[in-house]
This record gives sequence, structure tokens and C-alpha cells, in this order.
Amino acid sequence: MSDKQQPTVTQATQVRNAAPKTAYKPADVSPQRRVQRRYTMRLWSVRHSRGLEWFYERFADVFLLLHPIWKAVGYSRAEAPVKFVEKRVKGLMFDCRMCGQCVLSSTGMSCPMNCPKQLRNGPCGGVRANGNCEVEPDMPCVWVKAWEGSRNMRNGDAILAVQKPVDQSLRETSAWLRVTARAAAEREKAKKGEPA
Amino acid sequence: MTPSPRPPQPDENPAGIDLPLDPLPGHSSRGRLERILRRGEFAVTTELNPPDSADPEDVYERAKVFDGWVDAINAVDASGANCHMSSVGICALLTRMGYAPVYQISCRDRNRIAIQGDVLGAAAMGVANMLCLTGDGVQAGDQPGAKPVFDLDCMSLLETVRTMRDEQKFLSGRKLTTPPAVFLGAAINPFAPPYEFRPHRLAKKIAAGAQFVQSQYCFDVPMFREYMRRVNDLGLTEQCYVLCGVGPLASAKTARWIRANVPGIHIPDAVIARLEGAADQKKEGKQIAIDIINEVKEIEGVSGIHVMAYRQEEFVAEIVHESGVLKGRRPWRREPRADDAMVAERLDHILHDSPTETPQAIVSQAAT
Repeated sequence: MSDKQQPTVTQATQVRNAAPKTAYKPADVSPQRRVQRRYTMRLWSVRHSRGLEWFYERFADVFLLLHPIWKAVGYSRAEAPVKFVEKRVKGLMFDCRMCGQCVLSSTGMSCPMNCPKQLRNGPCGGVRANGNCEVEPDMPCVWVKAWEGSRNMRNGDAILAVQKPVDQSLRETSAWLRVTARAAAEREKAKKGEPA
Repeated sequence: MTPSPRPPQPDENPAGIDLPLDPLPGHSSRGRLERILRRGEFAVTTELNPPDSADPEDVYERAKVFDGWVDAINAVDASGANCHMSSVGICALLTRMGYAPVYQISCRDRNRIAIQGDVLGAAAMGVANMLCLTGDGVQAGDQPGAKPVFDLDCMSLLETVRTMRDEQKFLSGRKLTTPPAVFLGAAINPFAPPYEFRPHRLAKKIAAGAQFVQSQYCFDVPMFREYMRRVNDLGLTEQCYVLCGVGPLASAKTARWIRANVPGIHIPDAVIARLEGAADQKKEGKQIAIDIINEVKEIEGVSGIHVMAYRQEEFVAEIVHESGVLKGRRPWRREPRADDAMVAERLDHILHDSPTETPQAIVSQAAT
């Protein structure tokens, strides 16, 4: 409820106007956006969220099957090459920011870390009437797209679950390996639990 | 002089206006706003324009215009990313005077360590209501070079404070000896896309801990009605009190400016046309606000209104009075206590009547 009536010339406008004018004018408003200017692939991924969901499920299974290999090689030694691939693939498809805690399956295959406020639980109140971001006027709101993407998905209602805050200490780590190691640990726990 | 007894006030601690109220069963806070909402009364809240000064009197003056008309006052946290007195500071001042502030916490400026500390500090100072917000981007404000933090978002912030209150622990799991007894609020904006998702987002906020919500400015009543219908269908109004945001527009020009420059506020053409057609636009803006209140108060599930009258704070009392939403109820107002009056009289005497009064003179005067 922070937005309200203001005089036509605000302090913010004055500050902007007082900034020294040079030939170099940076594009975009937020650093988030400057890292990845185009979003064609991102939008493609959202449109094909159903297919990607299907693929991701299989892919996670394959990774879990490879758990003995990861273990043999050592997760820490596997990290560098896996991260190399993960960063590039997800970077291309979703403009991934390597938060290390991937929630794409809960957000309609639209990466929430591309939101200038990095919201992980839904759109803020500032979404423009045309569905664009309040900070970046020419970028479609990540969460408007997330909602559209989630409607195509079989397990799309995962978007309604409350997400925990990002653990900043896990930045630039591999979410794939983390999920796999966790699933493997759970599987082993279940196996141990069964005979008992 | 015989001090006249102070008139009895609703929802006040008899031992002192700045003290928390008696805990009631089923209440999570010891504040006035929760009592009013749980009693089923139509609540009125408003927003205090934060001063750009270090003078407490500025806060008291700005709060005084709401006396007797509102149930709680929001202390905004650098709204629009413009720097002002901190909301925790305003809350501390307001609780001293017995007001019921709503402490707005935004995630833009502070990380989880600072926020959890402030929650404890504010609760210790008697703040009973907290409103969890994400906050505007720094780019919107007068200091666009600031680092945007956004460590938590409004949802995880709600969950964090709820965990502190109900499970008596920090996010890390470390125990609190005394949890903050707070009534948790959040903001909603039914007027921004994706419209389909908005009611579900409210459901998420409730799941995360929201007990009351205040909406963005409502100028489009049919749109709000449709939103409330879906919220009622989801059964959310039984778990959460919805306060509809309303406010006067100063002129058609301001309305156009807001529509073009402030994302998230939706003003239909009809409202602007009505403002333009009026002889006195300021008066018409107030009348529009009153008309909207009269419509929204009839909508099922609306428990109150949140009047935002930025730089037109003096209109709040008129809007509340003329819309008749209080139905004769008189919210708490600050009235001088008997001993306060005595101190004031004595001070007046010292300052104006006999500035050179010495202890000897007082003694000899008392002896005669």
C-alpha cells in the first residue's frame, strides 16, 4: 500500500533529471534484466511447460539412476562439470540465475529469480495492466507467465504452495545434484525402514 | 482542584494507555485492532504520512487528526522507496501515546536478520499489529542507487513472523524466551494481473499466516466485488479479515498521473470523467471515496476499510463520518488523564506566571 498520490514532479524525478548526462546511457533498469536481455527462450519454455514438466520428470529419474556413478566419482568432483552443463542449459532455457534451489516445477517453468524483486511466492501488487513488470516496463511479469505456464502443467497447482526463502549460501551450486542426492537419501531411508 | 475522572474508553488498559490490553482467549495479540475485528465491528484503519524529521511532535501532530475516527494507524516503511522516518520509530512513538499502530515491514531494505530483530523490538515496544509487504523496487524512489535487498518476500516474511509467534523460535530454530504477540497482516491487490491468480495468492498469504489484509486503492467496485465473490467461494473470509483500501483523489490531473506512473493502481475512465465534470474536484474526489465506501461496505466478507489520504489526512475524519461506517461507534481517542491535566496546569504556571519562583518562595507561600 505504498503507492499514493504525489505531486507531478517527485523527488525521484528530480534525482533522475539531475544525473549527469553523457553519451552512455545503460539499457534497462535493474541488474537482473541486464544479465539477460532477451526473453524469447524464456517465454518459449513457459509455453511448453507441459512438455518440459514431462521431460524433467524423466530426467530426474535418470539422474537418480546415475546416483551410484555420482557416488563413485564423488559428488564434489561431479559438481564442476554438472554445474557447467546445468548453468548453460538452464541459462538458455529459463535465464537461470543459479540460486541452487530450483523451483521451476512449482512456478510454471518461469524462473522467479528473474523478477527484479526475486519474488518466489507470486506476483507483487505492481504488475502493470498489460501484464508487464513494474520495474522493467517492457518485460512481461515473470509471475504472470508463471501462472500461465502452471495452468498447462499436470502438477500445476504446486504454484499454490508457500516457498521457503532462498538460502543465499547455496547460490552457484547445482540444484540437479542436490535434488538427486536428497532423493537417493530418501530412497535409502525408505529401504531401511521397510524391513524393520 | 478536584481532578475529574477521565471518561471511560473502549479497549484501553486502565493502568495506562501505553500498556497492552488484557489477553483474550483466541486472540494472538493484545491490541485494539484485533479486538474490534473479532467482535465483528466494522474497522477503520488509515495511514500516517511519515515525517522527514527527527521531531516526535511531527508524528504526534500527524496522528492527532485521526483521533477518534480510526482503529489503527499504519506506519509506512519508506513507501515508494522514498526515505522517511522509520516505521519502527513511528510505531514506538505512537504506542507511547496509546495509539494502535500497524507496523509495516517491507523486504526491500533489510535482510532476515534485521527484520527478525525489528519484529522483536517493535513487539517489545507494544506494537500489536504487523503488516508484511514486499515493498516497491528501489528504482521507484528518490535513491535509485540503493541496493535492493529482497532477502525474504512478503510470503516468507509472514511465515517467519508467524513462526516466531507460534513456535517461539527464529528462522534458524533458536528459541525465543518471549514470543512477539502480534496480529499479522498482509496486502492484496485485486486490481492487477494475473486476476485469476489473485484470490489464490490471498489463500497463500493466509496459509503463511495473514490474519487481516488491506487492499490497494479500490476505484473499481465491480472488479473488487468479483474478487470478493471468488474469495468468498474459496472460504477465505472466514479465516481472514479483509479491509478495502479507499482514498480521495485530489483532482483529475492527479488521477491521470497516478494511473500513468504508479503501477498497481487501477482507476477506471468513469472515475476520471466524474472528477473532470465536477466544479470542485477536490470535493468530488472525497465524495467518490465516500460513495465507494458505501458500496464496498455492503459486499459480503468486507470487515473494514483502510483509508489512505496521502497529503489530505484532514479528510479522513470527514470521509469516515460522512460514510457512516462506524454506525455511531467511537474509536479510541487520546484524552488527557487527570494527572496529565494537573501537570499541564503546573507547567503553564511555571512557564508563564512566575518564572523566578524559588523553593523558598514556594515554602513561604505554602506556609501562609
